Amino acid sequence: MQKIGVFICWCGSNIAATVDVKRVAEAALHEPGVVYSADYQYMCSESGQTLIKNAIKEKGLTGVVVCSCSPRMHEATFRKAAESCGLNPYMVEIANIREHVSWIHKDIEEATEKAVILMRAAVAKVNLNQSLTAGKSDVVKRALVIGGGIAGIQTAIDIADAGYEVDIVEKKPTIGGKMSQLDKTFPTLDCAACILTPKMVEAASHEKIRIISYSEVESVSGFVGNFTARIKKKPRYVNEALCTGCGICAEKCPSRKSKNEFNEGMDTRGAVYIPFAQAVPKLAVIDPTACIKFKTGKCGLCERNCTAKAIDFNQKEQIIEEKYGAIVVATGFNPIKLDGLEEYGYSQNADVITSLELERLMNAAGPTGGVLLRPSDRQHPHKIVFVQCVGSRGLRPCDKPYCSKICCMYTAKHSMLIREKYPDTEVYVFYIDVRTPGKNFDEFYRRAVEQYGVHYVKGQVGKIVNDGGKLIVHGSDLLMNEQVIIDADLVVLAAAIEPDPTAKSVATMLTASIDTNNFFTEAHPKLRPVESPTAGVFLSGVCQGPKDIPETVAQASAAAVKVVGLLSKDQLTCNPCVAGSNELLCNGCSSCEKVCPYGAISYITKEVRRGDFRRVAFVNEAVCQGCGACTVTCPSGAMDLKGFTNKQIMAEVDAICK
Amino acid sequence: MQVENKEFKPTIVAFCCNWCSYAGADLAGTGRMQYPANVKIIRVPCSCRVNPTFILRAFQRGADGVIMCGCHPGDCHYTSGNYYARRRMTMLFDFLDYLGIEKGRTRVEWVSAAEGARFASVMNEFVKNVTELGPNKRITDLRCKMEKEGE
Amino acid sequence: MKKVLDIMQKRAKQLLGEGIVNRVIGWKTGEFGYDQTPAVFTSAAELSSLVYDSFSAPNLSKYLIEETKKEGKALVFLKPCDTYSFNQLIKEHRIDREKVFVIGVECSGKVDINSLKSRGAVGVIGVEDNGEKVIAHTLYGDMEFAKDDVLLEKCRSCKGKQHMVFDELIIVNPVKEEKNDRFIGVDALDAMTPDERFEFWRGQLLKCIRCNACRNVCPACSCIKCVFDNQNSGVASKASPDTFEEQMYHVIRAFHVAGRCTDCGECTRVCPQDIPLHLLNRKLIKDMNAFYGEYQAGTDTDSRAPLTNYTKEDVEPNVISDKGGDK
Repeated sequence: MQKIGVFICWCGSNIAATVDVKRVAEAALHEPGVVYSADYQYMCSESGQTLIKNAIKEKGLTGVVVCSCSPRMHEATFRKAAESCGLNPYMVEIANIREHVSWIHKDIEEATEKAVILMRAAVAKVNLNQSLTAGKSDVVKRALVIGGGIAGIQTAIDIADAGYEVDIVEKKPTIGGKMSQLDKTFPTLDCAACILTPKMVEAASHEKIRIISYSEVESVSGFVGNFTARIKKKPRYVNEALCTGCGICAEKCPSRKSKNEFNEGMDTRGAVYIPFAQAVPKLAVIDPTACIKFKTGKCGLCERNCTAKAIDFNQKEQIIEEKYGAIVVATGFNPIKLDGLEEYGYSQNADVITSLELERLMNAAGPTGGVLLRPSDRQHPHKIVFVQCVGSRGLRPCDKPYCSKICCMYTAKHSMLIREKYPDTEVYVFYIDVRTPGKNFDEFYRRAVEQYGVHYVKGQVGKIVNDGGKLIVHGSDLLMNEQVIIDADLVVLAAAIEPDPTAKSVATMLTASIDTNNFFTEAHPKLRPVESPTAGVFLSGVCQGPKDIPETVAQASAAAVKVVGLLSKDQLTCNPCVAGSNELLCNGCSSCEKVCPYGAISYITKEVRRGDFRRVAFVNEAVCQGCGACTVTCPSGAMDLKGFTNKQIMAEVDAICK
Repeated sequence: MQVENKEFKPTIVAFCCNWCSYAGADLAGTGRMQYPANVKIIRVPCSCRVNPTFILRAFQRGADGVIMCGCHPGDCHYTSGNYYARRRMTMLFDFLDYLGIEKGRTRVEWVSAAEGARFASVMNEFVKNVTELGPNKRITDLRCKMEKEGE
Repeated sequence: MKKVLDIMQKRAKQLLGEGIVNRVIGWKTGEFGYDQTPAVFTSAAELSSLVYDSFSAPNLSKYLIEETKKEGKALVFLKPCDTYSFNQLIKEHRIDREKVFVIGVECSGKVDINSLKSRGAVGVIGVEDNGEKVIAHTLYGDMEFAKDDVLLEKCRSCKGKQHMVFDELIIVNPVKEEKNDRFIGVDALDAMTPDERFEFWRGQLLKCIRCNACRNVCPACSCIKCVFDNQNSGVASKASPDTFEEQMYHVIRAFHVAGRCTDCGECTRVCPQDIPLHLLNRKLIKDMNAFYGEYQAGTDTDSRAPLTNYTKEDVEPNVISDKGGDK
């Protein structure tokens, strides 16, 4: 039998004005197990807590009920107080008689009666409470960053600088991500490569960072502090240890038909290639789908010319298995495919390009050497139309419902750069709204309009028709309320951005959740923006939602801080209110495993009674978050949730309905 | 009988998930939004923790109405709990209706932590509906009732 | 049917003789000719008492839970509907598939002795199904019945003649599939007013004597310890003087098997009080099909049952209040 103390808080007059606290205290003494009750003006105050502590010590209480404000407010306070004098903190329950009673009822009689009932329910529960001890689990002091764009790089560098080992897994042959393809960055117009490539080099040369490029995470098991990842390293057919990145192989390769991904397919590369001059790691890679040796068995020109003897046509896929304490998702984004948006004729007209393609056309390392020439005839365009919100903020199935956030600013940047470099070129921008909330952003946009004379047209483009080399853009000007027809030489579409297609499988692997647009969901949209709801999994960059570079870097560093905070602990304290299976009752039917959102349940064969070996559920307490989904699917009632057991909840039900 | 009709104050059990609905109820309190004292809230970690047994138990012990509140679908703190709860409760409540138990006695509502006003209005409406239905006679344990009245 | 039995006996003896299996789970005649019980046969001699005819209704799959815990392999005869239960038990890891040799046997529907009796058949000693009619052999001569009149409820609403799982099949006379709507009874109740439904179920559940036969025969009710027998579960109970316990028992039971019940109909068959228990399970099946897409438990061994699954677009619970009827 428990010895329960009941403590009724007045909360000044917040409770005491509507609830007859003396009567509640008196009623408590008639409840089973209750040996002591008291009321006090402010139970959460130092002296209120002392009152509880003294009672625990003097009366030898085994359980405590505090009738006060919401447990969301002070449950932790009272549990801590109990713990400080030797009572297990989970022997304390709160009856919420402020938010759920005194603040919403006016009639003292009615409110007091309800307060008594809630007190009674809490006492009934405490009578069945058991001491719970939080488990501990060790933390592996190594982090995994999935994705090697600017987000992943920044996160990795920050974690490594704090002294922890980090692996960056990048699916492409080089890190750098989308930022490496950009020419200049807004609103400062500094060159992307100048600020990114030093970071790439820093990551590569950091003693705590290992870059696992051309690789993908295949599966992840485990839990916060103790994940195990299987990483599939695709064969480069180039020995990484031997390759010097001299590029002679790429020069000699006779196959020249592959689209160059780095230049958005606007020029070609060899079957063996180095993605770009500043690639990290700077290693050649052979594309077996284009390689003549792979296709016909003959050639091997690269092999003969490689002085380092690095070409290895027999290289096989490799699996790396590593343990991690924390995982950061930095899987980034892609511009959407524009095939579905027929009005822009992207697939029909070579001179209708995306903004990312324009970045390459303007970049000195791009297909035109930085001279702006349109793709169809390599002529200098004199009239350029930019179209904003292509696939963003739309309601059709081919559209994205959200704002892609970065397009307004990069379009202003593009138009400004073009007007600067080619003053004879007219630039039009069709927009729905121009969104420029950011430091120096609106000033930047205004410069484009006021200083560079870019024509901003509020309205959308209905269709683009190719008329003998000219692109006839039919749009509407909503401010002038008229149709606009522009004969453009080049049309640039600000395509919406969407999460990388790998986001979905990565989310499944990590049991992290994604929203309807496949962006990762944060643990709390305001207060925990860089954590996923799954403990130990953090979010960095656009995988969580559209962001520009400064925001991405800020979030990347924030995620790193969270990781460092986790890795700095030697052990983690688990939530003790977790599920547990009574092996004697467990049928091993697997129902619970199916509904567990965290993969916390596995099955083991165990000798539950002598000679009786059975398949039974096993809950990994470090992974379980205590939702209780398993408890309800369990037909035999073997699965129960500590702190919210079937019996406890039924006791509360009984007390309320009595 | 007459007395019962005049004075009938139904006993209502509300299961609220800790993260959304219980917080919504707290917000209703903070906002001093009135709803009848008949409603007694039981805190559970997630709507998926609510076992049909708890609901039957409440009716057995004399509840006149049972309402379950959880996070809005898609917002579950545990990512998927309320989806399971949604299926389970849909099935349970339709099943009780099939047994002829008045369906006005059971209800599922999604209430977010920000919806204090909605919590109060949902409770007001539910209490009104259950009051109109009168005492629960169809799914209750006479022994519990006798015990209650004898007290 | 005699021919089928001959093949069954011959094959069983062969498998026993070759040591492929060390026992056979089948049916044998009980106290009366119509009263068959599941039985374990371990020798060729014992197998001579194996029977299979229109009274061989018991679903043998549940017995394999205990049988597969033993050494060696067991041979079991399963009718098409029994194979669903078998699959479901495999899915729930209750049966070790490796330790069972499944022979699927043809079935043209099993006969309900109570229907025969109520139609005047007294002293029934055997039964024969000639494909068209059912002929009851009685101490006082043969009687002929229309099949639909005397088949068990579960056979009148047969799920199909295909075996979902088997190692071998014994089919001498292929039985043709017949369409039937197993939800007619549920639909009729759904069409009633809630008051009428309440009266119907009160009338039915009041008959319940809590003998637990429905639970004990149910292949889905295979818990090592049933919650109703577990003092710690909070719902443990025995027969009670009023309706609530029965409501509680049957609602919880229906819920525990929801999505796992293959609709084998054994509960209704064994109920000594003739409570149409299948109407409870079928209501849940009907709802799950309507709300979450067609699902038949036991067709496979790896799908997720509706209640351990979800989609983001699932119907909201107010689908019930919106469908009309009373408040």
